[in-house]
Amino acid sequence: MTERAGSGPPPSVLPLSMRGISKNFGATAALRLVDLDVERGKVQALLGENGAGKSTLMKILSGAVRPDAGRMFLDGLPYAPANPLDGRRRGIAMIYQELNLAPHLSVEENLMLGREKQTLGFLRRAETRRRVREALELVHHPEIDPDVPVQELGIGARQVVEIARALVERASLLVMDEPTSSLSQEDTERLFQIIRRLAAEGVSLIYISHFLEEVQRVADSVTVLRDGQRIFSGRMDQVTLGGLIRLMVGQEVKQLFPKVDHVVGKPVMTLRSLKGRRMQAPVSFVLRRGEILGLAGLVGAGRTETLRTLFGLDEVEAGSWEAFGRPPGGGCPARRIKQGLGFLSEDRQGEGLALDRSVADNLTLSRLRPYSRWGILSLRRQRQAAEEWMARMNIKARSALQPLGNLSGGNQQKTALARLLHQQADILLLDEPTRGIDVVSKSQIYEWIGRLAREGKSIVFVSSYFPELLGLCDTIAAFYRGRVTDVRPASGWDASSLMAASALGQA
Amino acid sequence: MTKDRGRFRALVNWLGPFIGLILVIVLFSLMPEVRDRFLRVSNLRNVATQSVIVALGALGMTFIIISGGIDLSAASNIALSSVITAFAINAGFSPALAVLAGILTGGLIGLLNGGLITSLRLVPFIITLGMLGIARGLAKWIAGNQKIDAPLTWVTQLMVKSPRPGWLILAPGVWMMILLAALLAAVLRTTVFGRHVFAIGSNEAAARLCGVRTGRTKILIYTLSGLLCGLAGVMEFSRLTVGDPTVAVGLELDIIAAVVIGGGSLSGGQGSILGTMIGVFIMAFLRNGSTMMGWPNYIQEIIIGLIIIAAVTLDRLRYRREA
Repeated sequence: MTERAGSGPPPSVLPLSMRGISKNFGATAALRLVDLDVERGKVQALLGENGAGKSTLMKILSGAVRPDAGRMFLDGLPYAPANPLDGRRRGIAMIYQELNLAPHLSVEENLMLGREKQTLGFLRRAETRRRVREALELVHHPEIDPDVPVQELGIGARQVVEIARALVERASLLVMDEPTSSLSQEDTERLFQIIRRLAAEGVSLIYISHFLEEVQRVADSVTVLRDGQRIFSGRMDQVTLGGLIRLMVGQEVKQLFPKVDHVVGKPVMTLRSLKGRRMQAPVSFVLRRGEILGLAGLVGAGRTETLRTLFGLDEVEAGSWEAFGRPPGGGCPARRIKQGLGFLSEDRQGEGLALDRSVADNLTLSRLRPYSRWGILSLRRQRQAAEEWMARMNIKARSALQPLGNLSGGNQQKTALARLLHQQADILLLDEPTRGIDVVSKSQIYEWIGRLAREGKSIVFVSSYFPELLGLCDTIAAFYRGRVTDVRPASGWDASSLMAASALGQA
Repeated sequence: MTKDRGRFRALVNWLGPFIGLILVIVLFSLMPEVRDRFLRVSNLRNVATQSVIVALGALGMTFIIISGGIDLSAASNIALSSVITAFAINAGFSPALAVLAGILTGGLIGLLNGGLITSLRLVPFIITLGMLGIARGLAKWIAGNQKIDAPLTWVTQLMVKSPRPGWLILAPGVWMMILLAALLAAVLRTTVFGRHVFAIGSNEAAARLCGVRTGRTKILIYTLSGLLCGLAGVMEFSRLTVGDPTVAVGLELDIIAAVVIGGGSLSGGQGSILGTMIGVFIMAFLRNGSTMMGWPNYIQEIIIGLIIIAAVTLDRLRYRREA
């Protein structure tokens, strides 16, 4: 175990103290000598950009991941969990963004699941009911009916149930990971009331969120992580919002993006207060020929839903839009592809690609016509075409017939992009195209996007990674909670203003 | 808040199949060809006796389907258990021991199903599809690929239509079916085990996260279902008075259909014993009525097929409206 000098045993009064936590995944250091303290009855915020190491740190705390180095103490006693059950036994409860409830079971059944009060296997109804009532009173929602199936509750009430479940377990340390990202304003307010009451009763909380204003309101102290290191730790009232943003973003990273000169022309796609079934609010923007339009924002800000509506995956509910001067009408992805749109999904494994099919199949699936006659496919010509594209796009595979799942994430993503080019799309909707791929593939994809713009194609580029938006795009639109807050030329933005627009909704 | 709606839904859940059952009974009672015979006590007894084997299988299948699983080997298991019962009686064991052997054989197959599903981490469909062949093959092997004749004992009296003594009114097998249905309904509703069955079917990951021993619970579920299939096998032997390894081919589909008609969801988390029993009786009355009408077998098959689709469609519609 490596220990940093000066990080001796912690004061025994602290409910939680993490000291010198380090964790490597392969060659990359996810955490380097991170300290985190939580005081009793206080709310400790944990901030950082995507990939800063917040979730790894919390996985270590819960027992899901073991640290390579460092020690943890609960109430001054050593704590080295072997699995999440250990963590729960010691009073740590995690409340995740995606809720872990059984939808068909009632509120009471969910609250008591795994710790039912029983006599010879039969449920002790009265005692169970009393415990459930107690927990619901503690979160100040006694009006929730214990007999209602959880699937009939709204999302806010479900979150309350999840918190109540932690209290039935008599948790003394609650970790909330982005608890408000799917809550309405009203539910958020109620959640904050619960948090304050819990803190008043001596429960300690770790609160993770991208919504900085909320964090500032609810947290007593704050720790900021950047690139796996603790950058700042202190009281909330010692820092301003602007200061927090600077701490999270760090110095202006002038990354080199291959600049390809291109000319932005006339509008090719216009959205007028368009609202799809799963979008939170209507959205308007204009995409021009040869333009790279970045959509900035946090996860869940409504960017993916916008792209899915455009591509015919969700129905249009209100507003209108046109592409190439015509309203595209209702329709399915097949019709959109004919109209010249292409969509690259953020969920590569789930829906973007068929990983157990070959590179050639994946690449040509959306336009097989050139290789087929009367419905019969010429496998030879399909393979030849795929090989040409693999050479052009620098896709590294043993052959065009190799299953795509055997390739690296970068090569998979290049195949996904090659498919859009192969299907001759003129408007490319790219959702997080560089997520989870290596740096070399990233820069190759950046260069391709630039070259496509020069050829007169138009690109909508969704990313949560601000430097690449700033480095690549002509125009950037910022999304906050389903709305476009501001559209400016890329030169009119910097990392701090993008963060402010995405995390605070400030234009 | 939504208490009344919850109650209402619970009511609708079994009312739907129940209305279906009434409809089937009323329909046949109005048919001029059969109406004077259909509702006679002797015919009702008939229907009850004909339901026993499917019902016993469906009781266990309800647990499995609620937990999100499926058991395709149920019918083969019934055939194997009936062969073992006949074999044991023939080998000179007392009838009670033979019955026990039949039931335990079923339980063993269930235990194997559950054990393999949890240890190999394969989906129940695959494991029980394999077991469908294995159990059927074993039955044929043990029986030497022919029927096993067995001497008449009290075991062959379990399924008679007019039982002795007369005050029993219904065959002993029918009483067993009724008692077991009541008992298992209570287990499903009022025990920790029952609650865990629902939890696993509703969200297995969440159940595990909450400390439910999902593997152990699943093994229990499949063993319980196996024991019930074993008992159904004993009843099958009692009905035929011989051990026939080729009996009940395809019966697993009737069993699954009964659970589904009764509101069981193949994706887990939903179902009830009462619903399943109603499903069993809907199919039994249909068969009985169609036979009395002199309709050919294929007409019955088509009607039951339509009912399955209609029942599940209605279920989906109801949930879509609420969602």
